[in-house]
Amino acid sequence: MSAASSAASGGAQPSSSRAKPANKAEAAADWADGRLGIYSLAKSNLRKIFPDHWSFMLGEICLYTFIIIILTGVYLTLFFKPSMGEVVYHGSYAPLNGIRMSEAYASTLDISFDVRGGLLIRQIHHWAAIVFVAAMLVHMMRVFFTGAFRKPREINWMFGALLLILGMFDGFMGYSLPDDLLSGTGIRFMEGAVLAVPLVGTYLQMFLFGGPFPGTDIVPRLFTVHVLLIPGIMLGLLVAHLILVFYHKHTQFAGPGRTEKNVVGMPLMPVYMAKAGGFFFLVFGVISVVSAIATVNPIWAYGPYRPDQVSTDAQPDWYMGFSEGLIRLMPGWEIRAWGHTLNLGVFIPLMIFPLVLVAIWVYPFVEAWVTGDKREHHIADRPRNAPVRTSFGTAWISLYLVLLIAGGNDLFATHFHLSINAITWTMRIGFFVVPVVTFLVTKRICMGLQRRDRDKVLHGRESGIIKRLPHGEFIEVHEPLTQAQLYKLTAHDQHRPAELPAAVDENGVARKVSLTQKLRAKLSRGYFGDEGQIPKPSAEEYREITSGHGHH
Amino acid sequence: MSQDMSEENLPERHGSEGHEVEPHADPFADPGLPPHEVRRTDIDERAARRAERQVALLFTVSMIATIAFIASYVAFDIDKIVFIWPFGHVSILNFALGITLGVALFCIGAGAVHWARTLMSDVEVADERHPIEASDEVRAKVIADFKQGADESAFGRRKLLRTTLIGSMALVPLSGVVLLRDLGPLPEKKLEHTGWDKATPASPIKLVSMNTDEPLKAEDIQVGSLVFAKPQGLAESAENFQEAIATDAVMLVRIAPQDIKDRASGKLGFDGILAYSKICTHVGCPISLYEQQTHHVLCPCHQSTFDLSDGARVIFGPAGHPLPQLAIKTDTDGNLIATGDFNAPVGPSYWERA
Repeated sequence: MSAASSAASGGAQPSSSRAKPANKAEAAADWADGRLGIYSLAKSNLRKIFPDHWSFMLGEICLYTFIIIILTGVYLTLFFKPSMGEVVYHGSYAPLNGIRMSEAYASTLDISFDVRGGLLIRQIHHWAAIVFVAAMLVHMMRVFFTGAFRKPREINWMFGALLLILGMFDGFMGYSLPDDLLSGTGIRFMEGAVLAVPLVGTYLQMFLFGGPFPGTDIVPRLFTVHVLLIPGIMLGLLVAHLILVFYHKHTQFAGPGRTEKNVVGMPLMPVYMAKAGGFFFLVFGVISVVSAIATVNPIWAYGPYRPDQVSTDAQPDWYMGFSEGLIRLMPGWEIRAWGHTLNLGVFIPLMIFPLVLVAIWVYPFVEAWVTGDKREHHIADRPRNAPVRTSFGTAWISLYLVLLIAGGNDLFATHFHLSINAITWTMRIGFFVVPVVTFLVTKRICMGLQRRDRDKVLHGRESGIIKRLPHGEFIEVHEPLTQAQLYKLTAHDQHRPAELPAAVDENGVARKVSLTQKLRAKLSRGYFGDEGQIPKPSAEEYREITSGHGHH
Repeated sequence: MSQDMSEENLPERHGSEGHEVEPHADPFADPGLPPHEVRRTDIDERAARRAERQVALLFTVSMIATIAFIASYVAFDIDKIVFIWPFGHVSILNFALGITLGVALFCIGAGAVHWARTLMSDVEVADERHPIEASDEVRAKVIADFKQGADESAFGRRKLLRTTLIGSMALVPLSGVVLLRDLGPLPEKKLEHTGWDKATPASPIKLVSMNTDEPLKAEDIQVGSLVFAKPQGLAESAENFQEAIATDAVMLVRIAPQDIKDRASGKLGFDGILAYSKICTHVGCPISLYEQQTHHVLCPCHQSTFDLSDGARVIFGPAGHPLPQLAIKTDTDGNLIATGDFNAPVGPSYWERA
């Protein structure tokens, strides 16, 4: 009976009130919508607006190189043997014929010399990794310098920073897998660093390597971490990163018609599908050509790893260069007491890794605390309009470059015929001095650019046209800016420094000012005081100058 | 704190946020989106058709390049090396595959971007942003829902349930941690000893050349040369060779006895021949660069420099302590022998190192 009634009601009420689809494609979309809800999903996303600026494609390079790395990496796993079992090589590469080596190294030689296209894919994989980390760093700098990490994007900033660190480590593990003489030296360095951890260092080392160095476990273990664990975490973070980009909508630079309440640009379909989709192919194409003409990591030239052999000029990939610099600059401080050794010379550089991540993570919150700003920000700052932040960024980059140079101090010594001791000492001093100098210089440049913007707003653009006045005076004609230009140059926020509350309250009772309040006021003065920014012109100033032509 | 150092200090938002400003009242007011500037392809059908042909050409080149890729894969031998200016001697297969793949991919991208830039609408559109924060009503509804759910679960009321749940959840990951125990052995004294440990005065171990596997005699070690040695019986084909050589590798130098500054190290040597660990005490790289005149050795990884004439003291770089020394003498046949282990643990320092 119930079956009959349900059949009757089914007949009376059609299952869907939807009109007949116009064609097969619509029918297929209807089918999918009935099961996946694609129309609701596409409603706000198909014609989603993205703003246009060259710097917004840096993140795209990261995404695309990541995809290239996954594609080529899967191919490489088909041929690579992550084993430290010893074999005697009898492959195509004659110079190493008859040499004992691990299966990992032998299979990498096979990929390079016996699998057609294997060398190309290996090189694309490696080049893409190099570009991936570089693009992440530059993308992060763009976000930092434009203040795009501010509310509501702080968490996405943290995701991004984590992706950068994970990408660096995964790159390190990746080039450690072939078990060649260069990468084995890198693993040895890692072992020494692990041993420097107080209390548990030797336990970590034994558990990591499955026994004394080098053992036979490290390559297979790194392989699993490199191809599964880290990429899995990265993929999750990356998806979350992109969902948040969609959800927050992209930042945009100030300009006519662009406000905190809108996003101006072109729609995802078709313009950004074509541009961004096309850009993937451009990136892939360029990396393929580079891999065809430029050798990267020629492991056959290094030979198999042996713990008692090493090549000179041993260098990590560029993104590990700063850690190499840290370890080379650090004095060999060892504290020995009560039968124990604290190896600060290695442990301090090792600890800089997590500290760097923490510093990057907390910066958005520190700046928000200093400004006390809890509003959403969708208009990207011009770097000059945030001089202290910009100077922090450039100081950071300069420190990074100092460490990169220090990491290659042997190359600088041999190529420029300098004393390695002199370079090391210069970089030790530079480690402390260069960031400070860079900070001060950047701030002056930003302030100068702010002054120039102010002049441009108030006095117009220097036209280069010289005019002779009736009484003989020569003047340069300044062209007034258009409304759009005026808006663009005055659209940025300018914070006033936070004031400490009056020393006594309205009843004349001394007020307690906490240390954090004092610190915040001090920082705020540094960021936004007279030394931190040039007041942007006010409408009154502008009117006074532009209406007072007769007086000038 | 907030009553004194509040958001009152924040700058006012400029332009068209909130209320529209009269342009005359504010010279810096937002003039709004500029009118769209048409492109040639928007108004000239011939220009548009030309752009279409350009895009189609790029896609066609891509197709040809893919066919060329397949042809290269079949045609070129993997071991053929040719000279291609300016890249030098390159594998023709790698070169051809990379270039054709690159062109095939690049032309798809270039075509798509060119299409977007010339033929797709470039009218800028504005999308409204909405605050990320939910409205107060939504917030109140969610909090009420959550409270209702929490109440219905009685998580807060039935304390026994809550405590035992937290306890069990806290304990269960321990199983996973315990399972990691067999990742490796305990360190015990493994880092303190090397293969030379087995040497005793009764059964010494000969030092053999790393290159020839032949026992080294005192006269083999000349002033100014650096000779690498290993314990006799350690074959390259041995299963534990990599682990053994990571600690047992020795470098031998001969220094005129009057040049040896550190008496104690001189006594551990034989007739000016000193045997030091080849493994750097910084992070374990093998040391390989020797300066004959000064008897300094330099680690090529991080440039730690040791003075072998002065007990292998660290004179520069990041290493924290001297290289361990192996006491050597000669047997009746004049072969260099060791009768015990190094005088200190080999390699980088660690917490338990005394």
